[in-house]
Amino acid sequence: MSLMELRTVSKYYESAGERVAALKDLHLHIDAGEFIAVMGPSGSGKSTLLNILGGLSHPSVGKLLVDGIDIYQLKGEKLADYRREYIGFVFQSFQLIPYLTILENVMLPLAILPSRNGDRRDMALRVLGKVALAEKGRRLPNQLSGGEQERVAIARALVNSPPIILADEPTGNLDSGTGKDIMELLSALNSEGQTIIMVTHNPENARYAHRVIQLKDGQVQEAFAKREMR
Amino acid sequence: MRLHSISFNNLKRRKGKTLFLILGLLIGVTTVVTLVTLTRAMEEDIGKKLDELGANILIIPKSHDLTLNYGGLQFSGVALDVQPLHQSDVDKIQSIKNKENLSIVAPKLIAPARVNGREALLVGADFPEELRLKRWWKVVSPDGGKDIHPGQKNSNGMKHSPAVEERSAFFLRDSLTEEDLLVGSSAAHHLDLREGQSAEIQGQTFRVRGILEETGSQDDALIFGNLARVQKTLGKPNQLSLIEVAAFCNSCPIDEMVRQISEVLPGAKVTAVKQAVESRMETVRHFKRFSVGISAVVLLIGSLIVFITMMASVNERTREIGIFRAIGFRKGHIIQVILLEASLISLLAGGVGYVAGVGSSRLALPFFLQVQEPKLFWDAVMAFSAMGISVAVGLAASIYPALRAARMDPAESLRAM
Repeated sequence: MSLMELRTVSKYYESAGERVAALKDLHLHIDAGEFIAVMGPSGSGKSTLLNILGGLSHPSVGKLLVDGIDIYQLKGEKLADYRREYIGFVFQSFQLIPYLTILENVMLPLAILPSRNGDRRDMALRVLGKVALAEKGRRLPNQLSGGEQERVAIARALVNSPPIILADEPTGNLDSGTGKDIMELLSALNSEGQTIIMVTHNPENARYAHRVIQLKDGQVQEAFAKREMR
Repeated sequence: MRLHSISFNNLKRRKGKTLFLILGLLIGVTTVVTLVTLTRAMEEDIGKKLDELGANILIIPKSHDLTLNYGGLQFSGVALDVQPLHQSDVDKIQSIKNKENLSIVAPKLIAPARVNGREALLVGADFPEELRLKRWWKVVSPDGGKDIHPGQKNSNGMKHSPAVEERSAFFLRDSLTEEDLLVGSSAAHHLDLREGQSAEIQGQTFRVRGILEETGSQDDALIFGNLARVQKTLGKPNQLSLIEVAAFCNSCPIDEMVRQISEVLPGAKVTAVKQAVESRMETVRHFKRFSVGISAVVLLIGSLIVFITMMASVNERTREIGIFRAIGFRKGHIIQVILLEASLISLLAGGVGYVAGVGSSRLALPFFLQVQEPKLFWDAVMAFSAMGISVAVGLAASIYPALRAARMDPAESLRAM
């Protein structure tokens, strides 16, 4: 069974009285441990796909199954619980909370858990260590470079040990050298078994993926494997 | 790292906005505390004055007062058509239909006199009635107990308490003679009178039986003597300046008694002290209603300030809220963060507002009451109430912004990045 499965997913928006299809009849299987790159021009539906996978946007038609569970049939706040337990988001432009320290930013997903503060701190320091930023925990985001902020964003996404990382243009605001470092980090995480779905415009970034999905006008135009999964 | 860390750090970051929010509520709380404190002080003052008076009906000669105004300046007035009271008027009072409600009828003659060659105000009083009326009088002189021995019974058959016999003037009522004077504290100081001393008044010799303890009323400036003796000394036989009447209880038909006394004494002005104080009580009640209205308005404005500022804050934090929701925060968590911020601000505003309110009322009190050095009234119940009201108002004003933040579509919020 796939870790994630999109079945006949379509997403429509109303725009100026017209019904616009952001996604049309999408079928997609994602296995555990895969590194997927989603590419396509602007307006092709990449962000919509990521939002649906992340439990942020209900599809107009179709279902998303994660571990066999129809996510969008979950009642009440169970969808928020799904995001907390299954998904780690790496947003475009890092999106760190400016008034929290690096350590507090990483601990943010843990703030609503019943665990002790000491345990949460240890978990956060562990993932900061993974991204080589453990010694900078007391700093504020504006005291770090772009690459460091992106690594903090990745650490925040990892702190809850989610099975799936959704990354939206993780190198979009970085220079090529720093961007390469970030891709190496994501690749290393994937080597450890982390499932990663990454939206990118950069073909260089796509080389790190097992599979590349090309979207155009809300539909999968092409999907091909780039490298073998271990 | 807990939810409250998010709230606390956000407030620390936006110091200007936080201060503005605190100020909005603080002004409301300060106003409420000031007005409540002032109203309480005014009510206490009236209560005190009611106790001081003792009597609840005052009878004075009817007169027409003429005040001289010239060039915008007011000169001392002239009383015209004064119809003096007489000793026989006391009997008339005791003949009214509701005479069984009369507890004390205390006639007095008040006039200036030369005491030991110096000007003073002399009051001729019916001592047994006067001392029943003014039970709060205490005599400074230990001679107040000299004629009363421990164990000795009074006219009611009750044994005297040693502590009481030394202090209360009431227990002198059976032993005061025609020559005896009770002197108010200020008058004694002014005329250099001491207990046991002789005093010469208009050629007559009197004896200072006791010096009264300071009461803070007009009695401090007066010298009290036997009514008949004073009338004789001043050459005003049977004349009275005023009659104080005390009814048995507050629920007596005071208005009806005033009417009945006015009927038997058409030449007198009969006033229920209740009326005199009632008008002041009514003023206090008006002030109370006014202060409640003003407090409500000011608190409403404070809550509007909180509401508008919190709404603006929620709109500014759209992206942030989107991140919180994306990483798994439930709607309830978002609401907690917003309401925690409101609680912190409101609690601080309530505490500081209470202190500011007490300080303001101390400054304002001399304008409302004749208080020379107003005291600060610290009241823990009011302090906690002020903080409670502040938190309640702050939370009420923040509920809608909190709900709005929680209901934001996470995908839309993230698009705001």
